[in-house]
Amino acid sequence: MQRWTWLQACVTIPLMPHDHADHSHPHTLLPSDPALRVKALETLLTQKGLIDPAALDEIIDTYENRIGPRNGAQVVARAWSDPAFREALFEDATAVVTQMGFYGRQGEHMVAVENTDAVHNIVVCTLCSCYPWPLLGIPPGWYKSDAYRARVVREPRAVLAEFGVTLPAETAVRVWDSTAEVRYLVIPQRPPNTETLDEAALMDLVTRDSMIGTGLARQP
Amino acid sequence: MTRPHDMGGRFGDGAIEPEAEDIKFHADWHPRALALTLAAGALGQWNIDTSRHAREALAPRDYAGFSYYEKWLAALADLLVAKDMVTPAELTGQAAPALSPLTDKKLPKERVAAMLAKGGPADRQSGIQALYAEGDAVITRPIAESVLVNGGHTRLPSYAAGARGRILRRHGSHVLPDSNAHGLGEAAEPLYAVAFPASELWAHPEHPKDEVVLDLWQSYLDAAP
Repeated sequence: MQRWTWLQACVTIPLMPHDHADHSHPHTLLPSDPALRVKALETLLTQKGLIDPAALDEIIDTYENRIGPRNGAQVVARAWSDPAFREALFEDATAVVTQMGFYGRQGEHMVAVENTDAVHNIVVCTLCSCYPWPLLGIPPGWYKSDAYRARVVREPRAVLAEFGVTLPAETAVRVWDSTAEVRYLVIPQRPPNTETLDEAALMDLVTRDSMIGTGLARQP
Repeated sequence: MTRPHDMGGRFGDGAIEPEAEDIKFHADWHPRALALTLAAGALGQWNIDTSRHAREALAPRDYAGFSYYEKWLAALADLLVAKDMVTPAELTGQAAPALSPLTDKKLPKERVAAMLAKGGPADRQSGIQALYAEGDAVITRPIAESVLVNGGHTRLPSYAAGARGRILRRHGSHVLPDSNAHGLGEAAEPLYAVAFPASELWAHPEHPKDEVVLDLWQSYLDAAP
């Protein structure tokens, strides 16, 4: 079979940068329908003894049901309520969230940045999709989209408008492009008239988008 | 010059579609693709920089045409073959799957929580002294390509190449992706958050006070005159 001959010629070529045809892209050998592609790869890796399908179920359950933006909301609500906690968070966010049990994959180096009247912070990863998973879960579709990655560094205010957010003219925007393994958590401004609310009630005001910087905390 | 993933500042991508917090995946196969990639990564045959580079090394037409998790899957298949963990004939189904010599490294269900909790920190001790302090003016190297490997991995986006900024924050020393992605060692060096005025990066900045901050390694930077 002609295709097979071509394959044999290619198997020894390592994945190194070059501009030749498709020699380093064996993924083209899989079914083109992505659902079938996943199934084919999972079946193959299972048969080769490289993965345990039950471990896949466990990973999915973790990110569907256990790790999500309520973790981050807990951090924000405590930062709003407890001045000593807030100070420690801005001094060393990794240590603080580790104490709360929120250390983990894609959250190994945390930095918290604070929104104020003077500056509004927004987080992006223009090169891929870096995001603080232990605090916010897996990123939303728009965070990984070409449109967000391309535009938010160049026109953050136009992007904010698409999220329904308009900032005062005197507020500066600071966009954080996550180019390294440092992950940023935005601490949104505490809404007015919330002095009587406890941490649990404050948590309900903290949206995922407000911790990325594309939204504001809810009004009670 | 544009690499397909290096899209910061690009025009023409249209509007952004906000979505509700309870939406985690957009197709039944998405969570499977995510979990498969993480479980295969747990075999320890590559690092995060290698896997990022594998996604970036997709043909530009594939990078542009594939959905997010299709990119993950394609890069995973490419890596599995590049690392001799599967053969092309196994991928096509033309050969029966052979048992891998790496089966003892397989991630069992019981170790998933520990694996996710452990993460993979990138900070390291480094013998390279930090050259810059907070507030120092720096300029990024003029071309956003890897200086170690032609066509290789780097974390300097094109839009911030040759730009003048100031050191906002020091992050200690971190693994250098440009080296680590290609099996050339971790080569840890000082990492900084560098702030650039929007007017330094864009012909038509939205607001005179706006800034973009990037995390950049010391070897990406020179002292600004």
